[in-house]
Amino acid sequence: MGQPIRVLLAKVGLDGHDRGVKVVARTLRDAGMDVVYTGLHRTPEEVVRAAVQEDVDILGVSLLSGVQLTVFPKIMRLLAEQQAEDMIVVAGGVMPDEDVEALKALGVAEVMLQDTPPAAIVERLTHLVEARGAR
Amino acid sequence: MPDTVHGLSVEELRAQLRDWEENEVAAFLERQPERKEQFFTQGDVPVKRVYTAADAAETPLEDIGLPGRYPYTRGPYPTMYRGRTWTMRQIAGFGTGEDTNRRFKYLIEHGQTGLSTDFDMPTLMGYDSDHPMSEGEVGREGVAIDTLADMEALLADIDLEKISVSLTINPTAWILLAMYVALAEKRGFDLDKISGTVQADILKEYMAQKEYIYPIAPSVRIVRDIIAYAAQNLKRYNPINISGYHISEAGASPLHEAAFTLANLIVYVEELRKLGLHVDDFAPRLAFFFVSQADLFEEVAKFRALRRCYAKIMKERFGAQRPESMRLRFHCQTAAATLTKPQYMVNVVRTAMQALSAVLGGAQSLHTNGYDEAFAIPTEDAMRLALRTQQVIADETNVTSVVDPLGGSYYVESLTTEYEKRIFAILEEIEERGGTIRLIEEGWFQKHIADFAYETALRKQSGEKPVIGVNRYRMETREQIEVHPYDPTTAERQIARTRRVREERDEAKVQALLDRLVAVAQDERENIMPVTIELVKNGATMGDIVEKLKTVWGTYRETPVF
Repeated sequence: MGQPIRVLLAKVGLDGHDRGVKVVARTLRDAGMDVVYTGLHRTPEEVVRAAVQEDVDILGVSLLSGVQLTVFPKIMRLLAEQQAEDMIVVAGGVMPDEDVEALKALGVAEVMLQDTPPAAIVERLTHLVEARGAR
Repeated sequence: MPDTVHGLSVEELRAQLRDWEENEVAAFLERQPERKEQFFTQGDVPVKRVYTAADAAETPLEDIGLPGRYPYTRGPYPTMYRGRTWTMRQIAGFGTGEDTNRRFKYLIEHGQTGLSTDFDMPTLMGYDSDHPMSEGEVGREGVAIDTLADMEALLADIDLEKISVSLTINPTAWILLAMYVALAEKRGFDLDKISGTVQADILKEYMAQKEYIYPIAPSVRIVRDIIAYAAQNLKRYNPINISGYHISEAGASPLHEAAFTLANLIVYVEELRKLGLHVDDFAPRLAFFFVSQADLFEEVAKFRALRRCYAKIMKERFGAQRPESMRLRFHCQTAAATLTKPQYMVNVVRTAMQALSAVLGGAQSLHTNGYDEAFAIPTEDAMRLALRTQQVIADETNVTSVVDPLGGSYYVESLTTEYEKRIFAILEEIEERGGTIRLIEEGWFQKHIADFAYETALRKQSGEKPVIGVNRYRMETREQIEVHPYDPTTAERQIARTRRVREERDEAKVQALLDRLVAVAQDERENIMPVTIELVKNGATMGDIVEKLKTVWGTYRETPVF
């Protein structure tokens, strides 16, 4: 067993739908990961700053307000500016299929939509971190 | 409890049941066991194999009563849908006022009988469309409203004395209501004739939906001011829609939805009584909003129990005397979180079943979700089909001919009473633990909601909670769907109007009114509505008002619990 996987979960923008992100937070915590959840209404700047400061393996951002194509390009750009491109970025929430493709094209490693079983999230994130290897 | 039912004593009825269990049931179970050891409602209430007159006898007849009579278990009105079916109120909102106005007219043309407005996130949270926090969100999930000019566009050509308009908005509700009043006056409508609803239920925001700006105390004071203002000035208007819907959608069980909503009611009533108002002065205009989930009989029992609990609370606890103060009226919406992306047309079936439980439960108005809402906000097509679903229930099924058709069902009556008992037990626990506001600050409600959400996710994963197309009867092919497009010119069009309003207004007058707003905010005894109406009439934006009050009250930030 190595170090536990470190995850920062965030809600960006104005929407307050936190049901999903809290289920994910608890699921990952119960799976032995180190989880920090930022709470609601954060800006991309705040989230990236926190993720870099906490030196997390995964930054998970949950959105149910349809602003994914505004928020994620910003997050990816800010991470690049911080030389933190190796941080794994994962999106979660409700969004149309074509936006899922667009996010992946931006470099978002995975998009977890509603009804993704908790165990599948743990498995996928673990796999992503293993595939990336040590930092 | 009555001594006899159909000439048999309750003891004799129970003896018959025991005999049946020892003979027919036992013999049958030998051949084929039941699917599960124990059965529960979706909300975790254990249910028996069968209910009999002995169970129904545990509910006093006067608690069941008659429709339109205390305690209103069977309906708020004596004739219900025989007089008029429920208001079909599909919510709509996207883009600018003009864009949503076109959707409103489309829905009216297709037979909708009430309007309901979804606002975009910046409007809900009190940011003008050109604020940095609004980037990407203007007109996306709802209509953008910054100024009275936007409201005029939203409601152009709509007769506000004839059609009721619901404004689904909370922390900034009072500003929207001020715009609505200003618009009604400008267009020459009689304020006592306009009907409609503003949601304005801030407490459930801290618990569940999380749209809040200010700390709890000033936010509750704003709600108090809205209700007090409406009681005097808007005789047919519902100044609050005390909502369980969002509590449920955030993950709560149906029982917690019901109990937490009534806990919030109690806080609001107590606040108004502190002003010296009698409960009968304002209670007739209190309105509610609940979800209809998938467990059909449980939902019907929930609605019936809510009516009974409300009547008892208003009469016994608050001394209401007018029937209008004791009868709970509610809007209902089918459960958005039950909608799935895979095999999305199954959502039409889910929604129809949920809508039926709302109707069997006696809803006054209903929104049925669109089949495409697991993707984005609904298209016209999805909304028309959702409306047709209601029309089929209203016009083809004949369930509207008899009031409370499930009344007297051994099961439904028994579950109704079980719900009543459990709701009152939770209300008592809340009081013992220090009251609703304190428990919000401690995260108590939030923890209960998150726990049930987590449980639900695990039950879906294990298949214990079946979801057709997701954990059962999956198909590998993915269907194509056309979703509601976002018009990229929205923000530009919206911001242009807001800037024009700012340029054309009398700046000194707006600033003077903002100073007056601060004085009103600092004096608890004053009502915030009149000065806000003056502000919007003079071109103040929502952002001007909200930001000014942040300097007085500060903002709220929660410590998340999960």
